Amino acid sequence: MSQIEKETVLDIRRLRTEFGLTERPLVAVDDVSFQVKAGEILGLVGESGSGKSITLRSILGIVRPRGRVKGEILWKGRDLVPLDEAALRRVRGREIAMIFQEPMSSLNPLLTVGLQISENLAAHTDLDAKARKARAVELLDMVGIPAARDRLGDYPHEFSGGMRQRVMIAIALASNPQLLLADEPTTALDVTIQDQILRLIQALSRDLGMAVILVTHDMGVVAETCDRVAVMYGGRLCETGPTADVIGDARHPYSLGLLRSIPRDVAPRTLLYSIPGAPPSLNALPAGCAFTARCPVAGPECRDVRPNLGTAGKNRQVACHHREQALIHFSAREAAQ
Amino acid sequence: MPSLSYLMARLLQIIPTFLLVMIFIFLFVRLLPGDPAIAMAEAKATDAQLEQIRHNLGLDQPLPIQFLLFVTNTLTGDLGRSIMLKAPVTEIILTRLPTTIFLALYSVLLAICLAGPLAFLAAARVNSALDVTIRSVFQVGLSMPVFYIGLVLLTVLAAQLRWFPVGGYGTSFLDNLHHLMLPALSVALYTSAIILRNLRASLIEVLDADYVQFARAKGLSPHIVMTRHVLRNALVSTVTLLGLSIGNLMSGTLVTETVFAVPGVGRLMLEAIFARDYPLIQGLTLTFAVLVSVVFLLTDIVQSWLDPRLRQS
Repeated sequence: MSQIEKETVLDIRRLRTEFGLTERPLVAVDDVSFQVKAGEILGLVGESGSGKSITLRSILGIVRPRGRVKGEILWKGRDLVPLDEAALRRVRGREIAMIFQEPMSSLNPLLTVGLQISENLAAHTDLDAKARKARAVELLDMVGIPAARDRLGDYPHEFSGGMRQRVMIAIALASNPQLLLADEPTTALDVTIQDQILRLIQALSRDLGMAVILVTHDMGVVAETCDRVAVMYGGRLCETGPTADVIGDARHPYSLGLLRSIPRDVAPRTLLYSIPGAPPSLNALPAGCAFTARCPVAGPECRDVRPNLGTAGKNRQVACHHREQALIHFSAREAAQ
Repeated sequence: MPSLSYLMARLLQIIPTFLLVMIFIFLFVRLLPGDPAIAMAEAKATDAQLEQIRHNLGLDQPLPIQFLLFVTNTLTGDLGRSIMLKAPVTEIILTRLPTTIFLALYSVLLAICLAGPLAFLAAARVNSALDVTIRSVFQVGLSMPVFYIGLVLLTVLAAQLRWFPVGGYGTSFLDNLHHLMLPALSVALYTSAIILRNLRASLIEVLDADYVQFARAKGLSPHIVMTRHVLRNALVSTVTLLGLSIGNLMSGTLVTETVFAVPGVGRLMLEAIFARDYPLIQGLTLTFAVLVSVVFLLTDIVQSWLDPRLRQS
């Protein structure tokens, strides 16, 4: 098990990100703790509004100034939370890079792709203009853009969606980051392109020894790409563990429901499971478990008592008061099908 | 930079515009009530004398011939003779035009200087006390007609405080700046209110855009994020609006120049209309059309320089 020997590069402890008034804050991320090891791909899964993207943006501090970040974000032992903007800028893009969901809107439409790569190099390296250009070609080449040299002068609208996502990855990789935060990088792309981009991220992570946090709402993407997975709901973590374990043997009612709602190994035209209700709004979360209102096994204490993220087997954590009931509930459903 | 073919295509678009403008001018002037011959002639002029004047002006010719004459003369720079001032129209306009252009540029510059920084302050802290104050004050500017703002400025800054002259035009560049301060300011207060609203809104939108978040995530300095990513994108729509308001401003000079007694083409136009000076009205309308077209052309060029997506069409 080489995973265990690798050092932990990112250690997030009790992260809390809130917006709005200090007296009545909107808590987007609440008491979230997880680690990422060097070279590892961690999947952060959850519905829209579950706090995945805000977690990523909190790591880089770009939720500021509107968002307030609390807790500890230990990047290679150094806490990023108390750092000021100037100090954070030396981490952003240089050690930790980020790519966004919408390749259509995340590149500046008015600037050439070449400039958008080289401005990153200008901010973080000593390369002169000529070397920056050479490096930009190299990067575009690396992410699989054909005829890279001729495309430096092109604008984002002259690339297809998949190619733009590649460009964004090239920009992110410019100064050899050790951690890539990928915020739903494939959601806006069609399926064949999705697969290409995921394979690219996987290959880059492997070849460059770069850790990745891959935010997605797609369990299929996780299964295909990630070493470990953390499931988020209502701004909190419900379950973490190695991908194969979580997918093969989920314990939290939410992850169980999420997995049952994926079509796999079922006869055609059978009704898929769907989690009842809608994701809670951040200003209406109960004091206890955020999933209470939609949970098939919730008891009276769930609304008021927050379940801790407790150990559940090797390398696994689950936050639920009723793990056994959840397993029984969902295996009964399975049997009924 | 926009390509040469884009510029050429854009320039060619001006030709049909001008043709339309000329047809309009020609017809409109002839639809105005009143007979220029009567206006020109002395009160006790005989019918024969009136007929002679009409003949001299070409007014006894059929309309198509009159129009053809108008077009060919215009193309050769001959806009006829002013009835009122008894001098070539082209000459009169050329002596008056620089004042108006000076006034227009002056007020646009003032408007940008006023609106630009304040829009930034307001957008940086949306709905703060500062933002609300800035917006309210400019809302007042927007809801008052330019001539009224002008009169208030005249009363307070010129008549009472005597900081600025009541009207007229200077003799040197600095003197002009001083003389035209109030007319320029009264126009600028209105224009800047429009620019401020638009620039503030687009700044707020752009500050929230994914590419600005991405630029921040790249670790770029706030200065680069602001100028290269935020400002440039925010300016695309504001430039359009600025172009349109300069277009408006041209017709606004009619009022401002009259209120402040500035000897520009705006006031001349008003005088020409009262005197039913057909050739002068035609010439001036054409001049305004040319000015507005040039402003719109420049707007388009600046826009396509800012936004590469506009260069292809």
